[in-house]
Amino acid sequence: MTAETGTAERGVRRRGGALAAEWTKIRTLPSTLWTLLTAFVLTVGIAAVYGIVLRDAYGDMDAKGRSTWDPVYSGLNGLTFGELGMVAFAVLVVGAEYSTGTIRASLTAVPRRGLFYASQLLAGTLLSLVVAVVTTYAAFFVSQAGIGPEHNASLGDPGVLRATLGACVYLTLLCLFSMGVAAMLRSSTLSLGVLIPLFFILSEVLTNVSKVKTVAKYLPDEAGRQIMRLVPWDDKLGAWEGLWVMVAWTVAAVAGGYVMLRRREI
Amino acid sequence: MGPMRRPPPARQRGGVIELRELTKRYGDRIAVDDLSFTVSPGRVTGFLGPNGAGKTTTMRMALGLGRPTSGTALVHGRPYAQLREPLRQVGALLEGSAAHGRRRARSHLLWLARSNRIPRTRVREVLGMVGLEDVARKMPQGFSLGMNQRLGIAAALLGDPPLLLLDEPVNGLDPEGILWIRNLMKDLAAEGRTVLVSSHLMSEMALTADHLVVIGKGRLLADTPMNDFIAQHSRSRVRVRTPEPDRMREALTRAGLRVSTGEDGTLEADGTEVSFVGEVASRAGITVHELSRRAASLEEAFMGLTGEYVDHRGTARVPDQAEAAPPGPDRDPADVRTERGDR
Repeated sequence: MTAETGTAERGVRRRGGALAAEWTKIRTLPSTLWTLLTAFVLTVGIAAVYGIVLRDAYGDMDAKGRSTWDPVYSGLNGLTFGELGMVAFAVLVVGAEYSTGTIRASLTAVPRRGLFYASQLLAGTLLSLVVAVVTTYAAFFVSQAGIGPEHNASLGDPGVLRATLGACVYLTLLCLFSMGVAAMLRSSTLSLGVLIPLFFILSEVLTNVSKVKTVAKYLPDEAGRQIMRLVPWDDKLGAWEGLWVMVAWTVAAVAGGYVMLRRREI
Repeated sequence: MGPMRRPPPARQRGGVIELRELTKRYGDRIAVDDLSFTVSPGRVTGFLGPNGAGKTTTMRMALGLGRPTSGTALVHGRPYAQLREPLRQVGALLEGSAAHGRRRARSHLLWLARSNRIPRTRVREVLGMVGLEDVARKMPQGFSLGMNQRLGIAAALLGDPPLLLLDEPVNGLDPEGILWIRNLMKDLAAEGRTVLVSSHLMSEMALTADHLVVIGKGRLLADTPMNDFIAQHSRSRVRVRTPEPDRMREALTRAGLRVSTGEDGTLEADGTEVSFVGEVASRAGITVHELSRRAASLEEAFMGLTGEYVDHRGTARVPDQAEAAPPGPDRDPADVRTERGDR
């Protein structure tokens, strides 16, 4: 082994240490993990109820309603509530550092702030991705079972794989976005105070006011959620267009958090 | 890749902390003012100053948590941020343990160990060293201030570092804990490590430190061996017990000494020696029952040195409004205690 590869390998392992530490942090904090369990239970529970409701609803629909019938998006409606748990998880992973003073220990252990930030976001994102996949597919299958074989969607149908995988990506981006916001605001309570109204009040309100609809469709959750639709909506962004808008929001939040971490004192 | 490139093991080889013209401003307030000193291995260096003198600010800059306005703080010859696996090179205790209240003590140490690739067996070891093995699986939210302090010390010792920076480590410890940390610091220094420990209590430093760095309002006031400091800054006093206190007082005052009356009616002459007081008494023909030298306490020496640099005084002299309450991180430990209790 040459000196160069030896050094490089050691460098990689050192960075691996920072990631292992962040993963250990998440894993050893039960209060944080509860938020993810809550997300799963809420989403799948609501999907089960929705499935049955949707089966009856289809029968009452007129031709126009049936032409825009979207069993995937409707079935995954519970994700709106599950998001709450995912956002709370993301905010706690980052925000708890500041509220407890752990950030001082973190940065004395890993003084390269970029490495620390990347490791923390990567650990949080990987876990949220796993939870997103499990939650999305559990909700999908439960809701489709409720809708029944006549009108439901199966994974092989056109667009269904894109919509469901898209839902996983959307949820993961939502977590990453929230972690970036928490890193900018350096506080769990402040971050939740901003994100919860943004996701669960602002976008609901704005999308129902016709004049600001055009603005509201660019909000991160409104934009990102379109990837889950089989049938695109006229006054919303398209599936991929929306996802890219969500990616842009996420990049901005993560970059903002990085700048704050680099510049501010601890 | 020979083994030569790797630094030798921690033991017997301390490290140096070197501050060069370190300055930190928070707006108009200057927290650390052109501070230069070097901390050497093999001894306990006490970092002393009244509350708000800039001790914590200085230590935070040495650890790369705060950024100097100008000047540099080097550990092992480089900025902290450039250290490889820093927990193996520097152990730090800042304002308690910095542990999440709901993460078990063992897990807190485990993630720290992971970050610097320290074997997990070391976690159990340090928990034993600080006497927390019984609460390893408990959450710090139920810990006393002293237990939290021990957890913080365990974290500092985790990487078996040759250099330790401890900010007010006796905070919240009971007498047994204080004795323990005192001996621990001495042992660590005796092994050749570098130990910098901050305190606002001179009496505590007198029992622990071999070397003293004193600061006031961010400025260096003294950088000296402990013994020299005592000799330089303490004024000895002579206690006189006599049946004729009034005459004695007169004679001593005439000889140019400042005399005060002690609690039990004895007289105390400032800044003089027993022999001189004896001669004065003899010349005046005054009967003397006791004549003894009283070394000034270190606390008095410290207060004499930093008197004009104290930031906030209880009564008496009121400092300028501008410097009354420092907004910075260098808070009174009492404040920290309250905060931690509320968590």
